[in-house]
Amino acid sequence: MKKFAPFADNVLPWLTCVSMIAALAMIFLYVPTERNLGVVQRIFYYHLPSAWNAFLGFFIVAGASASFLWKGERRADLIAHTSAEVGMLFCTLFIVTGSVWAKASWGVWWTWDPRLTMTIVMWVVYAAYVLLRQIAGDNEQVARYAAVLGIVGALNIPLIYIAIRLWRGIHPKVEKMAPEMAWTLLVCTGAFLLFFVWLIWIRLRSMSLNDQVIDLRRQALEMS
Amino acid sequence: MWAVLWKDVLLELRTKERLASFFVLAVLIVLVFVFALGPEQAENPEIGAALLWVGLLFAGMLSLQRTFLIEQERGCLSGLLLCPIDPSELFLAKLLGNICFLSIVEALVVPITILFFGLPISWSLLALPVVLLLGIIGFSALGTLFSAIAVRTRAREVIFPLLLLPLLIPLLLAAVQITTAILIGEDWTGIWLRVLVAFDVIFVVAGWLLFPQVVYE
Repeated sequence: MKKFAPFADNVLPWLTCVSMIAALAMIFLYVPTERNLGVVQRIFYYHLPSAWNAFLGFFIVAGASASFLWKGERRADLIAHTSAEVGMLFCTLFIVTGSVWAKASWGVWWTWDPRLTMTIVMWVVYAAYVLLRQIAGDNEQVARYAAVLGIVGALNIPLIYIAIRLWRGIHPKVEKMAPEMAWTLLVCTGAFLLFFVWLIWIRLRSMSLNDQVIDLRRQALEMS
Repeated sequence: MWAVLWKDVLLELRTKERLASFFVLAVLIVLVFVFALGPEQAENPEIGAALLWVGLLFAGMLSLQRTFLIEQERGCLSGLLLCPIDPSELFLAKLLGNICFLSIVEALVVPITILFFGLPISWSLLALPVVLLLGIIGFSALGTLFSAIAVRTRAREVIFPLLLLPLLIPLLLAAVQITTAILIGEDWTGIWLRVLVAFDVIFVVAGWLLFPQVVYE
């Protein structure tokens, strides 16, 4: 973590900015317009990377939660907490961009297609996680509760997936992409991934600063 | 483990408050739905199956929430944890207790619901207790685990359903599908039954393993 700090503080913000601008430029200037869907298809390059970030975030929550229960390190707990928050942000972005796209291409804001349903269910599971941490406050016991929820939530994902597939049947897949599209998607994914890491870093630092403040305050109280 | 279970059963037999309040509440929820939908809508078996489970989940949630509430008063939970039993056995005892309570009440509520909705009565309804029991097991497993979490956090009335409902979605989907199949007399032993059984197995084991972490002090 210490080794990563100078890089995350100095290089990562710039790298994220530059790659985001590059991604935008590619989306609007470079990539050809999709034949059937038209201009609106360009939202896809924000849509899919958001989805990957959301899944990545939730994957990290489960891993960090398990590691926290196993070893009891404060850092694992902080990582689980921040990834849930950042993951939920991207999940929201994923739903919003998906909804806009759906309106333009299918004519409705929402349909109970398996993927959409899956996303909204994951969104509520992790909304519960973030709310638990908001409402219940921050202490070691709540951290363990949240870790239990993180693990149970992750165990639930395959069941949700199977149940929803059975419930709604199967829906469209991504067809073959033109190379320009694949490149744009790659750059966007990279940019979003950098953005994801950066957000997690900022939030992680603010939380550990918060820990330090609490620590200092306690020391001050003990001295007085 | 059996001692804890016996203590809960005895407590319930003496007061009967949980059984009675849960029963009335479950009937009330069904009634509220019938009034909201109109009696014609309610004759549809699919809606009947949906209401049965929504009623069970909402009334059951209020009942499960009390699992550890009674132990919270005067520090009973700490006393129980000091006893020379494994916390995971405490979980199993509480889980069994909850399964019993919910099953007893549902045994009364379900026939009433079927009569209210004028659902067709046939031999195939004999399969209904199997689904109900499987649903109740999964529901109680998560409910018991999260009631131990909710009882010791602020705003526990809000937290409990907030944590529980999203996780119950696969159970609800599977249970409603199977119940509908039973009510209209179709084959119900398909893939949905496997989903429901998998849900039960996963979360009974997960609860058993994770419960000691929750009550650890």
